[in-house]
Amino acid sequence: MIRARDLEKRYGRRRVLAGVDIEVPPAGFAVVTGPNGSGKTTLLRVLAGLAAPTRGVLEVNVNRAQLGYLAHEPLVYRELTALENLDLYGRLYRVPERRERIGMLLERFGLWDARSDRVSTYSRGMTQRLALCRALLHEPELVLLDEPYSALDQEGADLLDRELESLAGSRTFVVTTHDPRRLARLATTTIALA
Amino acid sequence: MNYFTDVATLTRKDLRVELRARDTLPAMLLFVLSTLVVFHFALPEGTGDEAAYGLLWVAIVFTALLGLARAWVPEQEHGVLDGLVLAPSDRSAIWLGKTLATLAFLVAAQVVALPAFVLFFAPLDATALAGVLLADIGICAVGSLMAAMAAASRSREVLLPLLVLPLAIPLIVGGVGAAISPEGERYLLLLALYDGVFAVLSWASFEYVVTE
Repeated sequence: MIRARDLEKRYGRRRVLAGVDIEVPPAGFAVVTGPNGSGKTTLLRVLAGLAAPTRGVLEVNVNRAQLGYLAHEPLVYRELTALENLDLYGRLYRVPERRERIGMLLERFGLWDARSDRVSTYSRGMTQRLALCRALLHEPELVLLDEPYSALDQEGADLLDRELESLAGSRTFVVTTHDPRRLARLATTTIALA
Repeated sequence: MNYFTDVATLTRKDLRVELRARDTLPAMLLFVLSTLVVFHFALPEGTGDEAAYGLLWVAIVFTALLGLARAWVPEQEHGVLDGLVLAPSDRSAIWLGKTLATLAFLVAAQVVALPAFVLFFAPLDATALAGVLLADIGICAVGSLMAAMAAASRSREVLLPLLVLPLAIPLIVGGVGAAISPEGERYLLLLALYDGVFAVLSWASFEYVVTE
């Protein structure tokens, strides 16, 4: 699914990713660890196609429609409600039975009661839950999650655990985290960035 | 067909965001009206209509700039542009949706501003109105692309006028010409040609502006 050799990314003279080799097979679960500034977010942006590598070889065998990406930012409009945001992405991704899928995800992530509230009124944790709904809305083949547990409370983190457990093995995951022990049961590959 | 469905979805979203936030249109309205009032008192008695038409275009261009400066702000908050860029739809649909939404705001501002201009200064005939509409299309098409470029920069407020104003000069020439020239139709042709060429260029180049 993903193969990268000697991947490097520079912004001007600053090297943010150096000599990264990755191999994630279909339905694999890769956990990316490393200290702050080690390039975890940049690696995910490169894998998502949002940033071009400066050097190296990268093969990601999915198209944009099959890619789900959770970024540091939630990628949702503050002035729209959760329903409106997910409806927008559902239309752009041509999600079949869009309303049912959106309703199911909002229920599953505990946002159904706040579905008609503007995102600007959400807490950071609720926004992160909505961002997870957005990333998983179109049932992507490849899921890239950038520190998905950040801002989640215990209940939210447990919800995410259950979601990842149910999807692991049927989808390919690349997840960055500061807490690799949490994902140790699911991980098939660990990538440590220095 | 899917392409136009995506454009409609994105335009509707922009209009809805503006209806909720009310960040852009009230500012544009207030700006264009107050500018016309200032010009009304600043112009000496007996000044010809030609000068007034010129001032109308100053007001229109800077009102458009105000709208364009706000155009990509909702996408900058929460990094939404990345989400739109990753969606499988054609990326130029993002540009076209933004262009249509900005055009709607500009036309809405002019629905109030043009009667005020007629009240304060001079009449506007059908050719002059057609010139305004054609120039609106051009400035929104080019401006949406330039605003997306400027949005990626830290000095976006400075960069946007520097990028847009030189490109708006033919629009001002065409707009003023359509209002005051006895051969106004020729200027409408110039504006239509500008719109066609720059809309196609902006449409084709947007993808390279929002991706590395």
